[in-house]
Amino acid sequence: MAERAESALPAAPASSFWPVLRRMAAMPLRDPFAFTGLVIYLFFVLVALFADQLATTDPMEILFTKAGKVAANTAPGAEFWLGTTNLGRDIYAQLVHGTRSALAVGLSAAVIVATVGTVVGLVSGYFGGAADAILMRIADMALSLPFLPFVIVLTGFLGASTSNIVLAVALLLWPNSARVIRSQVLTLRERAYVEAARVTGASASRILFVHIAPNILPLSFVYAAIAIGWAIITEASVSFLGFGDPDNVSWGMMLQDAFASQALSRGQYAWFVPPGICIILVVVAGFFISRGYEEVFMPRLRGR
Amino acid sequence: MRLILERFFHNALALLAVITILFFMFRLMPGSPLAAFINENLNADQQQAMLEQFGLDRPLWQQYFIYLGNLARGEFGLSFFQRRPVTTILLEVLPNSLILTLSSLIVAYIFGVLAGAWLAWKRGSWVERAAVPAVLATRAAPEFWIGMVLLALLSFNVGWFPSGGASSPGLAYSNNWERIFSLDYLHHLALPVLTLALYLQGLPLLLMRSNMLEVMHEEFVTMARMKGFSEWRIVLHHAARNALLPVVTAFALGVGLSMGGNVVVETVFSWPGIGRMLVQAVSVHDYPLAQGAFLMIAMVLALMNFVADLLYMVLDPRVSHGRAG
Repeated sequence: MAERAESALPAAPASSFWPVLRRMAAMPLRDPFAFTGLVIYLFFVLVALFADQLATTDPMEILFTKAGKVAANTAPGAEFWLGTTNLGRDIYAQLVHGTRSALAVGLSAAVIVATVGTVVGLVSGYFGGAADAILMRIADMALSLPFLPFVIVLTGFLGASTSNIVLAVALLLWPNSARVIRSQVLTLRERAYVEAARVTGASASRILFVHIAPNILPLSFVYAAIAIGWAIITEASVSFLGFGDPDNVSWGMMLQDAFASQALSRGQYAWFVPPGICIILVVVAGFFISRGYEEVFMPRLRGR
Repeated sequence: MRLILERFFHNALALLAVITILFFMFRLMPGSPLAAFINENLNADQQQAMLEQFGLDRPLWQQYFIYLGNLARGEFGLSFFQRRPVTTILLEVLPNSLILTLSSLIVAYIFGVLAGAWLAWKRGSWVERAAVPAVLATRAAPEFWIGMVLLALLSFNVGWFPSGGASSPGLAYSNNWERIFSLDYLHHLALPVLTLALYLQGLPLLLMRSNMLEVMHEEFVTMARMKGFSEWRIVLHHAARNALLPVVTAFALGVGLSMGGNVVVETVFSWPGIGRMLVQAVSVHDYPLAQGAFLMIAMVLALMNFVADLLYMVLDPRVSHGRAG
């Protein structure tokens, strides 16, 4: 209990990145949920890195049986662990290689959302005035766009590519993090230690990056973890609706493929259940990690 | 009253911003500048009518105000492929979407509130420890995937529910209301509602649980306990009532949000709603219909945001005091 109180943000504002980073790295060891989340992330990162070794067949290759016929709709077995698709493609290989595209989509969206959200939140909260007003009106605008319909319209018109999906997700998700970080900066700005830095003549950029930024780092991290999940779900939904990149092996594309080729009525559960489970695991891992950081670093935000 | 107007203008401005973004988005599209409303599928008379109605030969800024005027009158243009006014098409499918959204939200919130209160009461038990991650998992699952699994299990495998659409082929009804209140319609509605409700119950459940935990520590609950009321009476009459307030606001927001999210569930179940209409319109480049469907969803979202703002003010007096002071 004492340890928790000590590590909570309001009690001990840090004036450098290192102690915050050290506490952030130590957090998962104390919170079982966050630990589970981290293990799940680690697992998928390893699968993505070693995808070629884990699944040696090309996920898009059309496979043939020994008799020379297309190995279509094979049941799960020793040769094809999860069976094959209606066109004779190895489902297990698709699942493993889909991890790469999921992580690519999730991480790139997370980096953009966290960076833009943090910078906007810092500028808006610290300088206030016209910059604040304009940035927050833009944020309001982005938040009043219906999420999925906007992504569909954008990718439908700009073309079905993974980078367009990431762009659309980032456009809609940064305001959430910017708003929360802004309000956190507003309270930090009034703290005595920031005041002291100002009085001793520290420049605005020094105060922002040395005294304030380290303290909102955990928040940026929380929003990055949430963005990973959102981006992966969105990519899956958009691919499912047929606006995804057709050449890219992703979990969403697998689900769309299964749905369109009647795997549901044939009861090919091994085809469409595993991609869904993988998506759930990655997204839940994000929830767990962000929950852990919220509990440790901003106890007041808990409960949502 | 001043506050209500303020929130109204805030939401109306946000909607105007969305409309403006949409206006420019559909004019930056590949093809001629007329592409947003004119297509070779329409006959010469229809093309001429669209050209005049939307002033497509005028400068862009004039087009913008003509466009706003047309929207205010409910004119969205003609669908390229159905060759009918977009408004007529959208009003046909809107009830389906509203019914789907509202019934799933009601199911989800009734379940979520009860289960959330119960879990708060069971704090610290193994049930609670197992239930919270399980609920998080339902919120992490893609909606359409829940739909696919339910479809495979309950429709294709055991055959309890039809696999898609809103009514069985061959049935005729004298009017739309008779169709909507038929058993056949409900039968088709059940599986999409179950899917959405499964996805949506997580938010009210977790909200209710954490609110209950907070409220249970308030003085009036201790007071009720001291008065010797039974545990159930305290939970229902004293704690739940107060914990419910934020959930009601979340419900209003949920209507707006899930109208947008329905896009995938409507597609899985071929439910003839506005989301599926949007997907179809975008994939065949039926710009007027896509634009209309998107705006309709955005309007519901803006309206429900406003309703949520109002509820928030009415239900939590502290908010209005804080703002006014």
